[in-house]
Amino acid sequence: MSDVAVRPLTEHSPEEIERVKNWINTEEYQEKNFAREALVINPAHACQPLGAQMVAHGFEGALPFVHGSQGCASYFRSTFSRHFREPASATSDAMTEDGAVFGGQNNLFEGLENAYTVYKPKMIPVYTTCMPEVIGDDLTAFIRNAKQKELIPEDLPTPYANTPSFNGTHIHGYDSMLLAILQNLTEGKKVEGRCTGKLNLIPGFDGNTGNLREYKKYLEMMDIPYTMLADITDVFDSVCDGTYRMYAGGTSLEEAADSINGKATISLMKYCSPHTMKWIDSEYSGEKAVLPLPMGIRKTDAFLMKLSELFDKPIPEELKTERGRAVDAMTDAHQYIHGKKFAVAGDPDYLLGIVSFLLEMGAIPYHIICSRSTKKFQKELQALLDTSPLYGSQGSIYINRDLWHLRSLCMTDPVDGIIGDTHCKWVARDAKIPHFRIGFPIMDRVNTHRTPVIGYQGTINFLTLIVNKFLDIVDETCEDQWFEMMR
Amino acid sequence: MSEKKLRQIAIYGKGGIGKSTTTQNTVAGLASLGKKVLIIGCDPKADSTRLILHSKAQETVMDKVRELGTVEDLELEDVLRVGYGDVKCVESGGPEPGVGCAGRGVITAINFLEEEGAYTPDLDFVFYDVLGDVVCGGFAMPIRENKAQEIYIVVSGEMMAMYAANNISKGIVKYASSGSVRLAGLICNSRNTDREADLITALAERLGTQMIHFVPRDNQVQRAELRRMTVIEYSPEHPQADEYRTLAQKIADNKMFVVPTPLEMEELEDLLMEFGIMEAEDESIVGVAESA
Repeated sequence: MSDVAVRPLTEHSPEEIERVKNWINTEEYQEKNFAREALVINPAHACQPLGAQMVAHGFEGALPFVHGSQGCASYFRSTFSRHFREPASATSDAMTEDGAVFGGQNNLFEGLENAYTVYKPKMIPVYTTCMPEVIGDDLTAFIRNAKQKELIPEDLPTPYANTPSFNGTHIHGYDSMLLAILQNLTEGKKVEGRCTGKLNLIPGFDGNTGNLREYKKYLEMMDIPYTMLADITDVFDSVCDGTYRMYAGGTSLEEAADSINGKATISLMKYCSPHTMKWIDSEYSGEKAVLPLPMGIRKTDAFLMKLSELFDKPIPEELKTERGRAVDAMTDAHQYIHGKKFAVAGDPDYLLGIVSFLLEMGAIPYHIICSRSTKKFQKELQALLDTSPLYGSQGSIYINRDLWHLRSLCMTDPVDGIIGDTHCKWVARDAKIPHFRIGFPIMDRVNTHRTPVIGYQGTINFLTLIVNKFLDIVDETCEDQWFEMMR
Repeated sequence: MSEKKLRQIAIYGKGGIGKSTTTQNTVAGLASLGKKVLIIGCDPKADSTRLILHSKAQETVMDKVRELGTVEDLELEDVLRVGYGDVKCVESGGPEPGVGCAGRGVITAINFLEEEGAYTPDLDFVFYDVLGDVVCGGFAMPIRENKAQEIYIVVSGEMMAMYAANNISKGIVKYASSGSVRLAGLICNSRNTDREADLITALAERLGTQMIHFVPRDNQVQRAELRRMTVIEYSPEHPQADEYRTLAQKIADNKMFVVPTPLEMEELEDLLMEFGIMEAEDESIVGVAESA
């Protein structure tokens, strides 16, 4: 036997291992796999506090603060750092056994005092892990008490969100924390008759800072003043110039406070902002709109048309030509992607965007997995598939199924490629299909968060990524006589 | 000398039924029989050892943890006290009402006692005196695997006490199916209700167990309590002291350990009606207001 890096820890014979290896690719196994109820294997989502932390990072001088266990806080920080390859400065009050028994008030007291004294933040958004949620810690009272005891200044914004990890996913945590921050900052700031003339733009849980920069580009091209809620650019794609910045970016707190007097508010991720948008609807001035993530031509058009309508601005010529270039790129590339089948996994808003883009290309979103969502979402996605009798009708949606289910699907009913975050790479490897990385987290490729996948340019980028990979595969696998100069 | 077998006993029952008083008086009885006993109070109120120690409230495991900030620096002698008849006493303690997690406090305390070797080989009995309402998994800690294997339920002839006893039996069935915990008997702590002994005997029979002893109501218990003493210590010659010594002897000799057969709600109500505790319900009056 040759030397191997990993010694198998099994007593089974090579024949038995080979048999099981093949068996898990069968329809018989798939049936058992889909009958499984109590166990989740490799879900395609993270937990609430992780989403809360992403929002918290998006405000100027904000120090995200985890009320709960140290290990949870490390998980959030390391996940962001692995994805963005940037530091994710956040702190935790490190609750331990005694905290679990007595409640976490003392931990919160000490944690807030230390965090404020050492790091001088302008805001401390607080969110929770499972432990304080199970024992029923009362954040409202704890934080009020901390201020009464003058551990932190009375006027330091300390919005807080209950984000139990055993409930919902990162997108629900994003929603809860954003709502808490906006409620906190805008309190008493509404002025009758005042209008800032600005757009409030909620990008949603997006691990792609390039996307956010693209939104800003559009708004600047259209001369629309804006406040992004929340803005993680600069925080998670900060510059390398020899200076470490503890708080590298984020929406200014004054601007966020004044957002309540905005001219309009748009959320680009419906499923990341339901509670926030409901509250904004009743409290904020101006128009409100919830639009789909602008992936592909149709949805980018919808976004830009809405901006044009709300702010009475024409679509700039430059944008029209950018659109034209995107359509040209799609035309040039379509023959290599048309009719190809894809497995797709991700968050609801991203899934709607990816499926919409695939349908525009005449590709087939074939197995679609969302590891936690609702019937409502399923209906919305089905309606999108139904708009395309030719390509969409072939797709199947699997709600509350995980990536191990997706593996079964890809083995018994093969596809040409898989679209999703890094966790999909095992399915891709087993099914011997290319993996197109999009979503969060992407920990095994560099700079993916800098390359936008929304808007016209994003459409070109994503399309190019997919098609050139297919062409690489042709070149790598074809026989010599078919190895062509031109493809 | 042959190795003694440690018997671990948990006392459950409706809140206010007299678990702590009965436990301490019974333990005093066992001590007077020459048995070595450890009492572990599993109730944040921490009133399971005051009659043995003559103290208002013993400093609890969780008090010390609060003081030290961590359970890791805690030592056994900080929380273990010895009282009447060489009875060892520990209180788990817990958070103030309304904050934190008292159930987790019980788990923390018992884990600590095990790790620190509180269960010494000279002991004959460990008694867990558990909070009346087993509201979460923490309060079932004493009957998890390798802990208490005998459970006594303190009960009286009052309806709610019997409901509670039946519910606790349901809990025991769950733990008994996966482990060796068994119901060892009902202790009737009399409230002087009608035909009380017959009723509890009948309930015990239905549950597949025994009424191990009927403890009559006697104000001597309260007189002793005022002095923070058990009856056995305060007035060893009093007939009530005999009752507790008898109960102690019966527990020491007890061999009847069963998986209980809890009653359905209707059966229980039938039993109560049979003994005149409850009257047959007239369904036609349910939900109808007086003025209707």
